[in-house]
Amino acid sequence: MRDFVDISEIDRSTIEHLFEVTDTIINKNLHKRKGSWLDGKNVILAFFEPSTRTRLSFEIAARKLGADTLTVVGEEAVSLSKGESFGDTVKMFDLLGDLLVLRHKYDGAAKYAAEIADIPVINAGDGKNQHPTQTIIDLYTIYRRLGHIDGLSYAVVGDLRYARTAHSFLLALTHFKPKSVYLVSPPQLKPSDSLIAELRERKLHFYLTEKLEEVIDMVDVIYVTRIQKERFPDPEEYEKVKGSYRLTYDMIKDRKGVIVLHPLPRVDELDTRIDKTKAAAYFDQVKNAVPVRMSIIAWVMGVEL
Amino acid sequence: MSKKELKVSKIKDGTVIDHIPAGRAMEVLRILKITGKEGFMVLIAMNVYSKKLKGKKDIIKIEGKFLSDKETAAISLVAPTATINIIKNGEVKEKKGVKTPDVVEGILKCPNPACISRVEHERVSSKFVKVSESPLAYKCAYCGTRIEENDIPKYLNM
Repeated sequence: MRDFVDISEIDRSTIEHLFEVTDTIINKNLHKRKGSWLDGKNVILAFFEPSTRTRLSFEIAARKLGADTLTVVGEEAVSLSKGESFGDTVKMFDLLGDLLVLRHKYDGAAKYAAEIADIPVINAGDGKNQHPTQTIIDLYTIYRRLGHIDGLSYAVVGDLRYARTAHSFLLALTHFKPKSVYLVSPPQLKPSDSLIAELRERKLHFYLTEKLEEVIDMVDVIYVTRIQKERFPDPEEYEKVKGSYRLTYDMIKDRKGVIVLHPLPRVDELDTRIDKTKAAAYFDQVKNAVPVRMSIIAWVMGVEL
Repeated sequence: MSKKELKVSKIKDGTVIDHIPAGRAMEVLRILKITGKEGFMVLIAMNVYSKKLKGKKDIIKIEGKFLSDKETAAISLVAPTATINIIKNGEVKEKKGVKTPDVVEGILKCPNPACISRVEHERVSSKFVKVSESPLAYKCAYCGTRIEENDIPKYLNM
């Protein structure tokens, strides 16, 4: 049994293994019926921050593998609201469950939980830090659409300061050999110095730019993120960047072969007219969420499908 | 160091911290929580020529104080070139260089206010992992935020 909390610690061969298992799940329709691999196991889904897609897909994935799920939503649902520490809450989950899937507002909460708990911990999003299972979904979607991850050009667009999906995605790309990576964001939403240093240390070659128009003709994958309003320390700073970038239908209508990803939810950064084009891969991401998360749960639990 | 170079008095029992990078003596004193009001003798020399460092260095001599492991680890972060001499009865009993630890626990404060290690009521001890030797850099084991060498004094939490 093992944890799944930090994408930089999940190596390329593991990611490729997860792709293979996901292929098997889809090809055999294992995500459409209930299996018994995790019969008698309790999966605790502790979501201390709002979630729709991630929580639902984890719940479905765990049940399709045969586990029982216990869902905790919001701090008020547990004794955290009575002043119990997060550490004690994790210890309690550790004693009651067989797997903890955790979403939390603090950066690093999943790593801390993994230190405390003996049962495996899956990071379902920790503050602005990482969202590693979303990254496997993103990469798997690219792999299904374009056949490979290496050799492609990527534009990662939007809130590169606060979007955990973008952080995990970029760290995951360091395990591969992309042709080029463009980080596109307004100045206020540039990646942190820590992330830039980490990407450089991991030998990812990337270019920083503020204008998507400058790179859009050179990329195969456009990964758009929402401005993470809820992570801004100062609401006035959010107001300054609100609506500062947008991928429109006109920008991609003549681009053959390009795909557009978005971890969703979206606000106004992604034109809804793109939805019906071949480029739109974001609903594939949603569709792939259950089989990919089944493969991740199976991997951490040491179960072969 | 030769007697000719030594420009400050000897101590009988205590610690000499030598080869501190010039200008860092005050940081070392801050780590040791020495304000001058403790009553023991403290000798400080700043911007003294050092053959070893091929330039200037600072020296601190403290009568009656021996360093804990935590204090030594913290000093290594702001003065990686320092050597520590333990003096007993006027003689150097032990001389050792400092080594920057691979993992630093409970000494640095994470610069990221949203890090789990910054949440007061959680009482999570900070933990940093060395990611670069020269220039020195550490990374928070929880949230990944880095502290570069020049910023280390700012985030010392002693």
